[in-house]
Amino acid sequence: MSAADAEVVIELRGVHKAFRRHEVLRGVDLRIRRGETYTILGGSGSGKSVCLKHMIGLLQPDRGQVFILGRDISRASEEALIPLRTELGMVFQSAALFDSLSVYENVAYPLREHRDWPEARIAEQVASCLEAVGLGGVERKLPAELSGGMRKRVGVARGIALEPRAILYDEPTTGLDPANQRRIGDLIRSLQQRLGVTSVIVTHELELCFGISDRVALLQDGRICAEGTAEEMRRSAHPGVRAFLAGVQDARDTPSAPDPG
Amino acid sequence: MKRPPGGRAVEGVGERVLDAVESFGHFAALAGRVFRAARRPRFPWRDTLRQIDAIGTQSLSIVLITALFTGMVLALQTGVALGRFGAKLYVGSVVGLSLARELAPVLTALMVSGRVGAGITAELGAMQVTEQVDAIRSMGADPAQKLVLPRVLAATLALPLLTILAGLLGAIGGGLIARAQFGITANFYLRTITNTVTVEDFLSGVGKTLVFGWIIAMVGCHQGLRTSGGTVGVGRATTQAVVLASIAVLVSDFFLTQLLLAL
Repeated sequence: MSAADAEVVIELRGVHKAFRRHEVLRGVDLRIRRGETYTILGGSGSGKSVCLKHMIGLLQPDRGQVFILGRDISRASEEALIPLRTELGMVFQSAALFDSLSVYENVAYPLREHRDWPEARIAEQVASCLEAVGLGGVERKLPAELSGGMRKRVGVARGIALEPRAILYDEPTTGLDPANQRRIGDLIRSLQQRLGVTSVIVTHELELCFGISDRVALLQDGRICAEGTAEEMRRSAHPGVRAFLAGVQDARDTPSAPDPG
Repeated sequence: MKRPPGGRAVEGVGERVLDAVESFGHFAALAGRVFRAARRPRFPWRDTLRQIDAIGTQSLSIVLITALFTGMVLALQTGVALGRFGAKLYVGSVVGLSLARELAPVLTALMVSGRVGAGITAELGAMQVTEQVDAIRSMGADPAQKLVLPRVLAATLALPLLTILAGLLGAIGGGLIARAQFGITANFYLRTITNTVTVEDFLSGVGKTLVFGWIIAMVGCHQGLRTSGGTVGVGRATTQAVVLASIAVLVSDFFLTQLLLAL
């Protein structure tokens, strides 16, 4: 392994994935380096969420390999993935909070699972995570009592509870009003700066993408068709990139995935 | 390549067979994971107790009403039938034996399939389609341990208890009818039961329900975790779970009974 490889936190090599006969990923190659904010852009149904779910083993490739922190997880069993997942945090599109548990219990969930801490220490960590996302005093509320933006932020707080090395964000701003979109963007950036954490974001929101990304990739037809720094991508002459940047205004109204219900 | 006529229909059947095989494979894999999860640290005691309450206590009324009326109609039917041989006095023997060996276990299992199996699938299915199951996995926790194990254990423990209560209430219902319709005293009715029904009868009936409870919760969890397609999918999975669990209970009942009779 060369010195440059040591800095790679997440790597996908020729990842193929099909659902029944529908091919979603047809050979995705990408390498995400330590500490960077990497955004995968793509239109509705382009497979960007599918791509993200491979990075934490929620989906496994039909072909190709996925490396997390240097380990090949493409064929890892659910049990073998457990220790690795404590190094990663995931923020779901729908926040995916447990609706029978309070905000406090939601954020404490990964801590109770992996840390043998006394309750006082857990409470301290939950409070500090909720403070990091700008939410104090909602510990006792149930997720249903919160607004969409607040739920997303609780999702982020839960994702950082174990102080992961990388955080994966699935459409972090979709469905939020502009003020909340900005707030989530600021939050992602501030977490990256304060914790030095690697961030991977999938989105179709250009404003978020170019506001916070170090590097950007465009996923089209099941492959990464272009990749570069935010500035390079903005000025790219690649026809696919130009079309996406020009056409995205129209695509903004269409949801990027079916409503989970 | 040119398709032979009817090729599409054959393909459809083939696809469904493959689906069924795949589903069975997933079921077996999930069962294995639950078994291994039971031996891992951080056993979900609190969730198991909560599930025993949800599965056991809340099924009590429906199970007991079913048992009471089954016992009553059973006494009525056997009383009339036995009357033809002049053996009407032995209603208690038939009612007791039928309830202990077959009716209390199976009817309780079927009622619980409908009530609890559907509930488990709906809850886990909703969690699946709202990514909550993925969230558990993403945090390095195991849905087999967190969600499936407590429900399977609770159903496996609750069903025998429900069955015992159902058997008792069914016998009481039968006794009421025996007395009202055929003038059999409570004392005699009770004696015919205790003279006929052996400990083996009782144990074979209750023993089967350990398997039924396991089946109901496993099928419910498996269907719930395999739900896809939003709220419509949850409805579909719920119906499927009740149908599958009921059939599995009846089929396994036959084989278990054969097995127990051979012992």
